[in-house]
Amino acid sequence: MTLNEQKLAALDIQKIRGDFPILNREVRSGIPLVYLDSTATSQKPLQVLSVMDDYYRRSNANIHRGIHVLAEEATGAYESARERIAAFIGAATPKEVIYTRNTTESINLVAQTWGRANLENGDVVILTEMEHHSNLVPWQILAAERNLRLEFISVTPDGLLDLESYTELLKLDPKIVAFTHMSNVLGTINPAREIIQMAHTVGALTLVDAAQSVPHIPVDVQALDCDFLAFSGHKMCGPTGVGILYGRRELLEAMPPFLGGGEMIKRVELRSFQNNELPHKFEAGTPAIAEAIGLGAAVDYLAEIGMDAIEQHEQEIIAYALERLEEIPGVKVFGPEAQYKGGVAAFTLPEAHAHDISQILDSDGVAVRAGHHCAMPLHNKFGITATARASFYLYNTEEEVNKLVDGIYKVKKIFA
Amino acid sequence: MDDLYRELIIDRYKNPQFRGELDPHDITFEDDNPYCGDHIRVDVRLDENNIVTEAVYSGEGCSISQASADLLIESIHGKPLDEVKALTKEDVLELLGIELGPVRLKCALLSLKVLKAGAYGLGEASDDLVT
Ligand SMILES: Cc1ncc(COP(=O)(O)O)c(C=O)c1O
Repeated sequence: MTLNEQKLAALDIQKIRGDFPILNREVRSGIPLVYLDSTATSQKPLQVLSVMDDYYRRSNANIHRGIHVLAEEATGAYESARERIAAFIGAATPKEVIYTRNTTESINLVAQTWGRANLENGDVVILTEMEHHSNLVPWQILAAERNLRLEFISVTPDGLLDLESYTELLKLDPKIVAFTHMSNVLGTINPAREIIQMAHTVGALTLVDAAQSVPHIPVDVQALDCDFLAFSGHKMCGPTGVGILYGRRELLEAMPPFLGGGEMIKRVELRSFQNNELPHKFEAGTPAIAEAIGLGAAVDYLAEIGMDAIEQHEQEIIAYALERLEEIPGVKVFGPEAQYKGGVAAFTLPEAHAHDISQILDSDGVAVRAGHHCAMPLHNKFGITATARASFYLYNTEEEVNKLVDGIYKVKKIFA
Repeated sequence: MDDLYRELIIDRYKNPQFRGELDPHDITFEDDNPYCGDHIRVDVRLDENNIVTEAVYSGEGCSISQASADLLIESIHGKPLDEVKALTKEDVLELLGIELGPVRLKCALLSLKVLKAGAYGLGEASDDLVT
């Protein structure tokens, strides 16, 4: 066996679960937690918690301009995390990796800087009907300001992107195509490489919302050949408060800065300033230092386990979950078959609203999310206002799927 | 939990007694819960002394939002408008007879928020009406 095959064969779930202290808790006396809400935010392993705790206990200092031991250690850890994050996503250089607060801020950064500098009256921006609000509203804000034309790749009833509609839209000479790599509702994993290639043939740039892909499947920005890619630390075993914008170096170099202040400047005079170099040019003010260091520990953790192994584990869990859910009379799961999706199952029941499903599941410790999951247009498209969503990560087991299914039968009994 | 799904709530959810729309009406208002897309509209008719003679609600959402709307609308029949304006969160919780966490509280109070915004003739509903 190669090392890779060994990893695939041996994702040791019990050992992994031992890394996540929260998974041991009871939500109420005698009722253990069954956490099926990792698409909203993942749980954090000890390896991440202890690195952040150590940082505050031993090295806490502001970064970059201090000449003392603590400042050196803090700066070193912050920049080393950036290097490991860059390697994790296959960036050519850490200069292409900008720390932000989250996916949302990363996308807003692109819309507000690249967008403002490059888009004007009548320019076409292509999005998709399955976007999270965070990849819709930033473009809507800019569209209102610049009178842009927003067009949407349609979603098929099976929950896939309709690439024929995309081919038609590309004739409109779009300037950028911004799309989600993996839907947080349907679970669909979109053919990112193909979408990007098609965009490039008409000279459009691409932005990948990788909030759900980077945590769950191997992602390599150079293999994808994307221009921008955004993701959040908190969905990938890291802390809240830190996210990443990857951008191709030439693009980032040419873009105007985002927020102004300390750290993003090289020189300041009373009436003017000169930008700092990449990546600092886009990092105004004191950043989330402990969180960035925590995200570095999270990518170490994921890389050690192996993203291929994580992807395969989630494939197995979602295939099992879909099979079990579809046995339940009345349950409708949205999105494509298991082979086209990651570990997300959003569903409805005719007799009970998603809130009620979620509340009753919670009584057995099963945590799922209920609502529109920040994708109102997608829910409208399917003619629903809310779904209950179970989502899976490296620490979930088939036994937990069984508890979900038992809970849904309980809902059916209460609402019978 | 068993408390939360006491019979009264499931019953009012499945067999609502005050669902509908009134046209004409003296008061109408509608609003959403932005977190989950629950939607409630309330229509009210008043007599010459500003007493509620008829009231109904429509919309969709979870059992808590719909059952609390049904119970709330029932409770305002025959009440002067001033008393409707003075209704509070506690009044709704008393009707439901359950305790709720912060998320479900929003579901339960949507109908009160809509009703009071309409009663006061406001352009927009605000959470201040139900805190
Ligand atoms: C596909 C997708 N895009 C964007 C986001 C936004 O992430 P954040 O809230 O961390 O900015 C999410 C999070 O739910 C998501 O699932």
